Amino acid sequence: MSPNPPQNRGLTAIDGAIMLIAILLIVQIWLLSATLESYLAGHHEAALPGVILSGILFAACLALYRFVDRIDSDLRKG
Amino acid sequence: MSWLRKPSSKPLWQDEFPVYQADERYVNRRQFTKFLTLTSLAMFAGNVWILARSLFQRRPSYPRLHVASTGELDVGGVKLFAYPTAQDPCILVRTSNDSYVAYSQKCTHLSCAVYYSRDENRLECPCHQGFFSIADGSVLQGPPQRALPKVSLEWKAGLIAAVGMEGESV
Repeated sequence: MSPNPPQNRGLTAIDGAIMLIAILLIVQIWLLSATLESYLAGHHEAALPGVILSGILFAACLALYRFVDRIDSDLRKG
Repeated sequence: MSWLRKPSSKPLWQDEFPVYQADERYVNRRQFTKFLTLTSLAMFAGNVWILARSLFQRRPSYPRLHVASTGELDVGGVKLFAYPTAQDPCILVRTSNDSYVAYSQKCTHLSCAVYYSRDENRLECPCHQGFFSIADGSVLQGPPQRALPKVSLEWKAGLIAAVGMEGESV
């Protein structure tokens, strides 16, 4: 019997991906609040970099979600 | 959003209530990941909304508005007025014999009306104890993060007029 069966390895990978997404979300929340604060203070030039960075973070989250989904379906197929 | 979920031969309810415990753990994690990803999408949408607002927002016009006469207020006296529109309350303060300042009366924290404290020589927001400098409107203490927008004043022939706003909040 293998000491680390594929199901456990899959769960570890999924947990790691969730942690990464959580970190990216914290950064994204900070970015949104900083951009909003800057906009309300009349500094509109921060809006475009905010959108670009937020888009990159969302793309990373989406990629991690696809990764989790793929591992999940691979393990289900066995 | 079928592209977010691979097509499965089983119906969704069978995924949500699987036979094996390990499968249930997988589903929980996958659903949680989907929730986090959708939250990320909401954050992105928020940033897009801010960009759209900053691109399409109309610049306000600042008419010249007679606010007070120079002898109307004593030193430390206050007059309330609205500028540039009737929905924008402002406060004019005479700080010395020949010095007047005016600021938006909306606190930059949660828009409570600020008032002038003659004893402390500062503008105070009574809601959350936010204090602003009378010299430039900067934050002295409290939860506000931004200075009060300052009204540009001109006085000519005994009349004080508002002619614009500096650092106006939206």
